[in-house]
Amino acid sequence: MTPPSAEAATLGAAPALERRPPSFALGPLGWLRANLFSSWLSTAVTLVLFYLLVSWTLSFLSWAVVNAIWDVPGTGQRVDTSACRAARGEGACWALIGEKYRFILFGLYPFDEQWRPALAIVIFIALYVVSAMRRFWRKELALIWFAALTVIGVLMWGGVFGLPYVEQERWGGLVITLILATFGIALAFPLSILVALGRRQTSMPAVKALCVVYIELIRGVPLISLLFMASVMFPLFLPEGMNIDKLLRAQIAIILFAAAYLAEVVRGGLQAIPKGQYEAADALGLTYWQKTGLIVLPQALKISIPPLVNTFIGMFKDTSLVLIIGIYDLLNTAKTSIIEPAWQGFGVEAYLFVAAIYFVFCFAMSKYSQDLERELDKGRRR
Amino acid sequence: MAEVVELGKVQVRSAVQPDAKPMIELRKVNKWFGALHVLRDVSLTVRERERVVVCGPSGSGKSTMIRCINRLETHQEGQIIVDGIELTDDLRNIDAIRREVGMVFQSFNLFPHLTILENCTLAPIWVRKMPRKEAEELAMEFLTRVRIPEQAKKYPGQLSGGQQQRVAIARALCMRPKIMLFDEPTSALDPEMIKEVLDVMVELAESGMTMVVVTHEMGFARTVADRVVFMDRGEVVEVGPPNEFFGNPRSERLRTFLSQILGH
Repeated sequence: MTPPSAEAATLGAAPALERRPPSFALGPLGWLRANLFSSWLSTAVTLVLFYLLVSWTLSFLSWAVVNAIWDVPGTGQRVDTSACRAARGEGACWALIGEKYRFILFGLYPFDEQWRPALAIVIFIALYVVSAMRRFWRKELALIWFAALTVIGVLMWGGVFGLPYVEQERWGGLVITLILATFGIALAFPLSILVALGRRQTSMPAVKALCVVYIELIRGVPLISLLFMASVMFPLFLPEGMNIDKLLRAQIAIILFAAAYLAEVVRGGLQAIPKGQYEAADALGLTYWQKTGLIVLPQALKISIPPLVNTFIGMFKDTSLVLIIGIYDLLNTAKTSIIEPAWQGFGVEAYLFVAAIYFVFCFAMSKYSQDLERELDKGRRR
Repeated sequence: MAEVVELGKVQVRSAVQPDAKPMIELRKVNKWFGALHVLRDVSLTVRERERVVVCGPSGSGKSTMIRCINRLETHQEGQIIVDGIELTDDLRNIDAIRREVGMVFQSFNLFPHLTILENCTLAPIWVRKMPRKEAEELAMEFLTRVRIPEQAKKYPGQLSGGQQQRVAIARALCMRPKIMLFDEPTSALDPEMIKEVLDVMVELAESGMTMVVVTHEMGFARTVADRVVFMDRGEVVEVGPPNEFFGNPRSERLRTFLSQILGH
């Protein structure tokens, strides 16, 4: 038997009043108490971690800011880096960046023409910003992309409008990374959607088999081996005298590689769409492509945003692998910038600099995808 | 036999003309799922403006039968002729039939990423190539008829089950179909929402729509049906007007079924 007393007291009494929660559960103090100091163990862990965080931050600041060397005498071949060497371990040598940032960002592009890749980078970033805004998601966006990429091509190659011609072998730095990543994502993504749809075509076994073979073959080999194939083996199959430039070959390898991974991500999203959605679309008389474009993909891609962006970010960084076939992307120019005897040993500074650039792009993607998810979720939840 | 739940309306008068042409004809239709024989020599004719209610125990093939009518399932033997067009593998025939046949599902199947209004205008715009403005006016007209015009800007996830099912009906009607199929439209609803959906269906019946309804709502069958079909184990066992069907069931199987769902 259950003791009836408490229950009986509640029954028939006045209706329970709505009250505020107890004060210790509210406000920043309540949060601190619940999350950092809920028990003696968690208090101890909080204090230890706080100590470590502060001491590491302080020593990093003293290396990166307080004791850092910002400038060294001389320039070019006659640079004197002895001040940096004296301060090694104590302070960062940011003079390296001051001396080499144009090489890191633009590679071997002719010095006087480096405003061209700089402008190309600005156009790329503007393109990303415009594409990110939902009010520009219209048919005209494709035209904007086409125009922007044409302008970038003209800027980089030159040879028209009085711009001196610059062969592709001299391109380098951030612009290479952005070219590989942008074309990589922009072309791999639509391709991956087609492959993912193809893999689900049970009524077309040949199409399905082709898609499965493509995905499994490409996923089964490392990107590096694809890049080697693109740079070394592929030209052997071309007729005498015909040559496709190395950057383009690497670009194609990256697109094919990324599309295989993205296809599986998209397929995951497609599988999450209930059968009833397909049936409702069929019952209304929509064609296959209308059903796919209007009903299935909008839902499937929305659920796939986190893994899609995961793959995009991975791809952005994987473009750095082109350094093994001798393309001067951002990472490769950073690596090359410290080859001169005067600057040898200052890798940390060079790599931190490019790491910061990579981080800005990747973090922007990550942040944007979170906002987009929230935006698309608005008003659609129960 | 227990009282049949009434819908607060008198019997809806039959709208079938004596010389009405057949809208749906099933002739000796057979279907198998793998080795399982789910439709066995099913023959049924539904005439223009006729309202047919299909009932039967679960697994009796009634949903499969109705889904064959707009080719969500394919039959393997026999003929299905809808609005004069025979259903074959020819995609043009399938598209032509689907344009004329509206369907309402047990689980609503609204498109969750589109607003209520967009759900209703999608097919008229893309399939019927109707101008957006006109499609929106049409959608609002039907949303008003199912009594939820004020929800037009919301998303399906914000509506109750009964409201969602009424939207699903409006969505199908926006294609101005000649035939409406209902596949257990109230089975997924909470009891208090069943009536609001049935009321809309009764109104639709009064307007003279040709309807095939798979349902367990025997009150609805009595009020609305011109004929009631009883299916069991893939066969059509008995067909008759509601009075005879409920008042004087001939087969033992139907008597057992009726006593199970009506006699508690």
